[in-house]
Amino acid sequence: MQKIDGKVWTFGKDVDTDLIIAARYLSTSVPEELAKHVMEDADPEFVNKMSPGDIIVADENFGCGSSREHAPIALKAAGVAAVIAPTFARIFYRNAFNMGLPIFELPESMEIKEGEEVSIDMNTGTITNKTTDKTYVFTPIPEFMQELLKSGGLMNYAQEEINSREH
Amino acid sequence: MGQTITEKIFSEHVGKTVYAGEIVRSPIDMVIGNDITTPISIHAFEQSGASSLANPDGFSIVLDHFIPAKDIASANQARISRDFAKKYKLKNFFDEKDMGIEHALLPEKGLVGPGDVIIGADSHTCTHGALAAFSTGMGSTDLAFAMITGGNWFKVPESIKVVLSGKPGKYTTGKDIILEIIRMIGVDGALYHTLEFTGDTIAHLSMDDRFSMCNMAIEAGAKSGIVAYDDITAEFLADKPLARAPRIHYSDDDASYIQTLEIDVAALEAVIAYPFLPSNGHSISQAVADDIKIDQAFIGSCTNGRLSDLKIASEILKDKRVHEDVRLIVTPGTQRILREANHLGYIDIIVDAGGVVSNPTCGACLGGYMGILGDNEVAVSTTNRNFVGRMGSRSSKVYLANSAVAAASAITGVITDPATIK
Repeated sequence: MQKIDGKVWTFGKDVDTDLIIAARYLSTSVPEELAKHVMEDADPEFVNKMSPGDIIVADENFGCGSSREHAPIALKAAGVAAVIAPTFARIFYRNAFNMGLPIFELPESMEIKEGEEVSIDMNTGTITNKTTDKTYVFTPIPEFMQELLKSGGLMNYAQEEINSREH
Repeated sequence: MGQTITEKIFSEHVGKTVYAGEIVRSPIDMVIGNDITTPISIHAFEQSGASSLANPDGFSIVLDHFIPAKDIASANQARISRDFAKKYKLKNFFDEKDMGIEHALLPEKGLVGPGDVIIGADSHTCTHGALAAFSTGMGSTDLAFAMITGGNWFKVPESIKVVLSGKPGKYTTGKDIILEIIRMIGVDGALYHTLEFTGDTIAHLSMDDRFSMCNMAIEAGAKSGIVAYDDITAEFLADKPLARAPRIHYSDDDASYIQTLEIDVAALEAVIAYPFLPSNGHSISQAVADDIKIDQAFIGSCTNGRLSDLKIASEILKDKRVHEDVRLIVTPGTQRILREANHLGYIDIIVDAGGVVSNPTCGACLGGYMGILGDNEVAVSTTNRNFVGRMGSRSSKVYLANSAVAAASAITGVITDPATIK
């Protein structure tokens, strides 16, 4: 998946993990159950308004608060194709990669408005707002993370270790 | 080139000198999971085909969030951890038989200590930095990786040097210091960094104060918080059966810091964080002037559920009654704290005043159970987050405060300066 195209839903600064998935739903980690309540305390209608493939655009410090991996799980299971924000809280950042939820750091994220269509191109490292025809360069994924992703993610490393232990 | 305490902890673990910005794969001394986050880790562990834990005694599961089970789903969820603990004969499995909030329980058990590298699938894992350890929160998949391999990847963090000066006033605590820091730098002011607490104030801060301070480092976006080892640390550890001998490090005089923050603690009043961010701090004087009526006062959580919290609350509540429009809920951090508080008479005082004392649990803090807020209700709470809906209804409001302020406010029904309770 080198290109992600989708319609934008916007949120503000410091979107915390309680807004992404409230603790009252953490009695389970079943993705489909969590997806029903994604972003509920930020916008109770979000889950009804959005369609799979849509993209969330937010302001600074997206995913702050708890370490719950249920947050990227809920977003991914609801069909959110990507999240774009100037910065992400560090635990969320790491969890998103581990869960395979594409996230992109873009300082100018808030120039993109709700309802606009964007296209994220992983090959060129750019995000194009198809509505305004403006193209932005997103902050490159750190080299270490790129290598981790290339080798199949964190658990792939664990797998290698398990295999070598058995020999 | 000089090193910070955090750089030294990582250097010791990886067997070479490392500095901030370097990516290292470090062994981990203690990996912590709870009833909410461990099931996802266990699933990943099982999917990988792993058949053993790399370091079984360096893994703890603490059932604390929704346990004793608040509903059927929570009971079923806890079962996943219970079965795993039994299957792998886990030594460090804590449930109703020996309950506590993980970040109060593990230090009490001597399972975390100076010089350790600790991770937990709970964002408040940074609490243990109070014991001069590197301790940080991660997600469940990272936890699974550590369960299987005994280590994980870390970017050695830059440190912010926090210089605290002066002796705190009677009702100014570690909680107030950290709320002041978050007020100054914001909820992402320390993103990816370590908050290293230094200065002459440290000698006046009990371990309970230090735990509160490091606990909320995450609320400034920090990766960790840390306080260097001293006599107070040594005294705390003296009666604990330590899992490992302390490895003591101090920051060099010429260590490199990304930023320095200075706080005159002698002049600092109690700080109240208004809804809906921990950075929305105001002085207690301002809060009193704002005449904030409350429906609930809550004392507990991994931030402020320790013996000194129950002590100060009982001192203020002695021979008083909780206001008729308010309920006071007190949740001790561990069974040991509950027992000691009972032995010292604190529990009687709280109950006589009209407070209710619950089992140890994270419940109320994250809107789980045992003190949920209804529509439009207002709470003063010693917890760590006041996000929208954090403790219940989306329309409820949480004001974060220290335990003395919460107890005083429970008596008057409005946010109150404990110094004015006679």
